[in-house]
Amino acid sequence: MSTQKTPSTTGPAPDTSVHDVELIGSGQEGTIGDQARAYVQRLQHGDMGALPAVAGLVVLTILFSFLSPFFLTERNFANLLTQAATLVMLGMALVFVLLLGEIDLSAGVTSGMTMALFIVLVNVHAVPWILALVIAFAAGILTGTFIGFFVARVGIPSFVVTLGLFLGYQGLTLLIIGSGGLYRVQIPEIRDIQNSNMPVWAGWAMLGVILLISAGMSFWDRARRTRAGVPNRTISLVWIKLGVIAVIGGAAVAVLSRNRGQSVGVVEGVPIVVPIVLVILWIGTFVLDRTRFGRYLYAIGGNAEAARRSGVKVMLIRWTAFIVCSTLAVVSGLFSISKVGSVDAAAGREIVLSGVAAAVVGGVSLFGGRGRLLHAAIGALVIAVITNGLGLLNLGAGVNLMVTGGVLILAATVDAVSRVRSGGSLMRT
Amino acid sequence: MDAPLIELSGIMKSFGPVSVLKGVDLRAYPGKVTALVGDNGAGKSTLIKGLAGVQPYDGGVVKFDGKPVALHSPREAARLGIEVVYQDLALCDNLDIVQNMFLGREETEFGTFDEGRMEKDASDTLRSLSVRTVKSVRQKVSSLSGGQRQTVAIARAVLKNARLVILDEPTAALGVAQTEQVLHLVSRLAEQGVAVILISHNLADVFEVADHIDVLYLGQMVAHLDASETTRDDVVGYITGAKVQQEATA
Repeated sequence: MSTQKTPSTTGPAPDTSVHDVELIGSGQEGTIGDQARAYVQRLQHGDMGALPAVAGLVVLTILFSFLSPFFLTERNFANLLTQAATLVMLGMALVFVLLLGEIDLSAGVTSGMTMALFIVLVNVHAVPWILALVIAFAAGILTGTFIGFFVARVGIPSFVVTLGLFLGYQGLTLLIIGSGGLYRVQIPEIRDIQNSNMPVWAGWAMLGVILLISAGMSFWDRARRTRAGVPNRTISLVWIKLGVIAVIGGAAVAVLSRNRGQSVGVVEGVPIVVPIVLVILWIGTFVLDRTRFGRYLYAIGGNAEAARRSGVKVMLIRWTAFIVCSTLAVVSGLFSISKVGSVDAAAGREIVLSGVAAAVVGGVSLFGGRGRLLHAAIGALVIAVITNGLGLLNLGAGVNLMVTGGVLILAATVDAVSRVRSGGSLMRT
Repeated sequence: MDAPLIELSGIMKSFGPVSVLKGVDLRAYPGKVTALVGDNGAGKSTLIKGLAGVQPYDGGVVKFDGKPVALHSPREAARLGIEVVYQDLALCDNLDIVQNMFLGREETEFGTFDEGRMEKDASDTLRSLSVRTVKSVRQKVSSLSGGQRQTVAIARAVLKNARLVILDEPTAALGVAQTEQVLHLVSRLAEQGVAVILISHNLADVFEVADHIDVLYLGQMVAHLDASETTRDDVVGYITGAKVQQEATA
């Protein structure tokens, strides 16, 4: 399976001559051209990551910008980001359990139930909103603990446990809100998340910080590798990466910095929700890539028995993953009520499977062990673009759901096919 | 002869009413390959799982370096320097070679991975075993052949200065050339002073690398043999129960 990349190594013969040349590569050597070829090879092995989703995003953007004059406007771009935020958050939450090969069907209703609890505490019982928020998060953590107990400890399939919770929490939300009830969100701080913007300078400062952190991490990694005496990738890759972030981020901030107000009053700046999502994305990615917890999520998703024999506390990691998922679902609920401005008894119900869809569309594997938070975010953007674009074309919810469903099946097919290509299904016994 | 690195005596294990190990003795010496042979159901796997700490024994004494030890978890076994390479390899396909070799014992700095150091140690270990079939230590395991996987699994076992490496049917699924590579690797292990226990059905492999041959028959150790002083037919006789050793060699 492994041929022609670095010409320095020879064939697989059991050659036992002893001269100690650097025989084993690290995949870091070579010019940009070599790295690009290696990347293409990984794609051919079925390791496509978010590429299909990114391509989909580009195609959809081009398509809708031709079909609707409103699609590529500053106003709609800002609107799209805030519409997508809820789903991005939910998709990212689900990555933690999807990596294990598990699923959480109740993440949507968990966000709905905790928000119902939150708003009733504030509006009816006059609890200070910060305290109510703490209680809502506690409820989220408790939910994850509950699911984790039954899945990791008792050994019930997560599909069943979370399906049960999906039903149960719809009932609980109904009990908390009361049938037909609807509570307005009047807390300015919560409304601001999705409805207010940062000052223009803060948007640029944010981009600067992102670039600084990316550069800092890259150079820290390189310094550590140098210290250990292993080769680094050619430095131009770092500049390319920073350049891509600068160009895309710069374009986005520039567009959002223009006045998009329709009447009197200036509306400009990056929506407040954006830096919140980015911070959670960054922390989550850091944990998944660079800490034991993250690595073990991937390992368990790849081969739980191997992880167990390696001394990984599989049960504990599984359990924790569900807690993380439910907790992040609360954040997603917060974004949702900030955008919608009210909570009713059906809160969180319509978004139930969209979170899973977002993650899978972005390239997170349903079979576990493959995927990143960024993938889920991109997948959520794809779904948000579909919803937004079809809405601009005045095509109703019916068409939207059908298109989104089609995209999901397409994405799951890509996932399954690439899994077979990478040999995954063959070797799992 | 040197003192044994590990010495099992009177090991018992039963599952409900079925007793699988009925007082088994086993020794392994540093720098020597001890082959453990026996027919299916003789109790080899159960014996190994106990040593790995995966499935503790019911009774008997385990001495490591002459001192009695308790093996109740994989971590305890790992702390003593006991590593097991399982038949089904127990590698994560979705992780690369370095990640697999360090799974469960990653090098960290401020709580985050020190990838450079892990990569260095992984390739050093592979090189010390004269492995030259692996192209890059950052290859995903899913892209490796059976022999390469076995190589990674063995390299993983010796990464952290293992003192006892147990190989469960390392050549069962391999072709001729790959079998030869793996057996070469086994010899290299022993040369480095590691005590090796090799479980195999393939007597040709056993005679190629083993110093001692221990035969398990229906949960009892029926023969301790010197590989140089016995024959294939004798071993087959003990395995099938057609032959019984009168006196255990001291």
